[in-house]
Amino acid sequence: MSWILVAAIIVSLLSLVPLAFIVWIAVQTGWGTVSALVFRPRVGELLINTVLLVALTVPIAIMLSIALAWLTERSDLPGARLWAWLAVAPLAIPAFVHSYAWITLVPGLHGLWAGVLVSVLAYFPFLYLPIAASLRRLDPALEDAAAALGLGPWRVFARVVLPQLRLAICGGALLVGLHLLAEYGLYVFIRFDTFTTAIVDQFQSTFNGPAANMLAGVLVTCCFVLLALEVLVRGEERYARVGSGAARRRQRSRLGRATLPCLALPAITTLLAIGVPFVTIGRWLVAGGADVWRFDEIGLALGQTLFLALAGALLATIAAMPMAWISIRAPGPLQRLLEGCNYIVGSLPGVVIALALVTITVRIAMPLYQTLFTILVAYALMFLPRALISLRASIAQAPVELERAAASLGRPPLKALWSTTIRLSAPGAAAGMALVALGIMNELTATQMLAPNGTRTLAMAFWSYSGEIDYASAAPYAFIMVAMSLPLTWLLYIQSKRMAGR
Amino acid sequence: MKYTLPTLVGATALAIGMIAGPAMAMDAGIIVYNAQHESLAKEWVKGFTKETGIKVTLRNGGDSDFSNQIVAEGASSPADVFLTENSPAMTLVEAAGLFAPVDADTLAQVPGELQPSSGKWVGVAARSTVFAYNKTKLTADQLPKSMLDLADPSWKGRWAASPSGADFQAIVSALLELKGEAATADWLKAMKANFTAYKGNSTVMKAVNAGEIDGGVIYHYYYFGDQAKTGENSKNVELHYFKNQDPGAFVSISGGGVLASSKHQKEAQAFLKWVTGKGGQEVLKSGTSFEYAVGKDAQSNPKLVPLNDLQAPKVDPATLNSRKVTDLMTAAGLL
Repeated sequence: MSWILVAAIIVSLLSLVPLAFIVWIAVQTGWGTVSALVFRPRVGELLINTVLLVALTVPIAIMLSIALAWLTERSDLPGARLWAWLAVAPLAIPAFVHSYAWITLVPGLHGLWAGVLVSVLAYFPFLYLPIAASLRRLDPALEDAAAALGLGPWRVFARVVLPQLRLAICGGALLVGLHLLAEYGLYVFIRFDTFTTAIVDQFQSTFNGPAANMLAGVLVTCCFVLLALEVLVRGEERYARVGSGAARRRQRSRLGRATLPCLALPAITTLLAIGVPFVTIGRWLVAGGADVWRFDEIGLALGQTLFLALAGALLATIAAMPMAWISIRAPGPLQRLLEGCNYIVGSLPGVVIALALVTITVRIAMPLYQTLFTILVAYALMFLPRALISLRASIAQAPVELERAAASLGRPPLKALWSTTIRLSAPGAAAGMALVALGIMNELTATQMLAPNGTRTLAMAFWSYSGEIDYASAAPYAFIMVAMSLPLTWLLYIQSKRMAGR
Repeated sequence: MKYTLPTLVGATALAIGMIAGPAMAMDAGIIVYNAQHESLAKEWVKGFTKETGIKVTLRNGGDSDFSNQIVAEGASSPADVFLTENSPAMTLVEAAGLFAPVDADTLAQVPGELQPSSGKWVGVAARSTVFAYNKTKLTADQLPKSMLDLADPSWKGRWAASPSGADFQAIVSALLELKGEAATADWLKAMKANFTAYKGNSTVMKAVNAGEIDGGVIYHYYYFGDQAKTGENSKNVELHYFKNQDPGAFVSISGGGVLASSKHQKEAQAFLKWVTGKGGQEVLKSGTSFEYAVGKDAQSNPKLVPLNDLQAPKVDPATLNSRKVTDLMTAAGLL
């Protein structure tokens, strides 16, 4: 089906636009200016900040997630299911709301360690989810064998369990790392400069000047380094189970007298990651009283946000469809190349994609400038991988024979596909759309740069009020964003349980 | 279940349309690129629309991004009116030849020193530079005599500013105009070593109030605005006016202009006339913005130090160069 391939190639080419743009600007600017803008002390400062942030946050988040995952999945911790859900719930709180909560609780909080603290709390679920899922599926036979050969429990964990978690840790760590590079609002609140905040500063000072674009180039390079690191560390070992029949369920380890101290870890994590935001939002809502619920304003923002989230999710899912189909039905070198493009654009920070689209539309495609179309394209590019991953999984479960049967019964290709595979992949598509919608709802930087005139999303309104330190007026928006994200996060939690077969 | 592709797409489009209809497809009226405080602009729009029935859509942003954006958009800019907090952004757009001349009756409403000689834009409000300090940490005799003193090593780690904001960049542009490029570059270099960066003037004042830092260079109205509310972010703050024609006594003129490319010239000019006229200037006096009124007979809020007592340096707003300032600040590592 060549037209599917054509569609996939078009989407992949589109996804290369932001990268091509940066190269194009760099060539246009000329090497002299580029090197003057890139090799300067300020960029060095930003690089050190960004590297330190990633190098500190990721290992701490990994350790926290492993400990929590082990406690909730492999021990007889009281209320393990509740703690498991509470370890995912911080995802429902946008990162900048985490930061807002902390800064109003501890006003002087700033700098690297504050950044590490809030980042770990905001992003550790990205690691917890895959690690917990892997732990759940491990075959206990391997661990028993190791124990029978004389290893103590700690060494069994280090030499048998941990290596099997490698893929989950690598994947989660990559996701956390990419979010750290892309996040803006979180670090503005606690006054910690990263590449993304510096790009927005430059954008605010010069709109689309070369300095902003060159910083974007360095940031993209950082993303590539992370991607490459992940590939290197991931390795190519086999992780699938060998043996017949189903794996036994693992007995939960008895914590015994350690139960109480062990309970402290999930309790403290929950307190910091969920308690702090909820208490602060609640406090500001009480302080603001009825005055801060300006329903006309809030209603409009809510309507616009929902619309952008739904439309963007739909576009992303449609755009991901051809690629997902090819990667299941017709895998090969070309497919891997195309799919790679889709993942790379998803790893770029929103600010870079927005910067590219603003400049391109303003210079050569003026009719598309500040239109709904452009911002939806930006959303689709940013969140393409989320749609792709969910779709791919459910297309894989749709038997190809149905497609063929439909075609042999005389349906034209598109209809045959529609009446079989596309419909069967609906659950995956829905999950993917939910994930994309969640991303769009909490998106700030790209929305501010690209939105059509008169747009004011929940995140924009929140940002504008908190920028004027009117924290009480910002609270209703934070509350609504969290309330709308919670069901989607719940969906994510259920889905991860289902993938693990329970 | 006989869904077909077209019906599903149609249904989705319909559903989106139903949500989008009220949310996105509003009649825009005139589009104002607004770099002024959102609350102030909203008051202006409310009054103007009530009086004239003309709808106004605000796109909110900052001075510098909008001015550069308008230049990049060129003749096809969607904006009809541009409102700023400071003059350099107006100068940038003026230099690109994108403003239509402001109506003579509008210009006549504002004194000559509060508008550029070209008549391409007009002052709509004004603000004064101040050194906001924590009165529990500094006494009157420890205050800097001039803003230039903040470059002294004795001020290391003791003062703050918001360098990415157009407000501070306007102050630097005045410094550039008054003292020249070399002196400005040196001062910025010393600033990089001495100061602490915050994002936004409100945040600077909040930090000063909390005693995180001794003082900060900001504009006057943040203090009065907070005092009028709860005062919780300014109860330990006192304002120090540099006066003496010091660069730190710079009074920045907020501007308004009509774009030559606007397809709603009449409505856009009417908006500017209203803002500089009685209604718009009254909002400055009685509202919560605490910016100075600039109209000929208009009064500013009585709580403010009168504009004439500020001993501001004489700076022609038309000479303020924002691009040079961002270049210098980028070179000093502040951006």
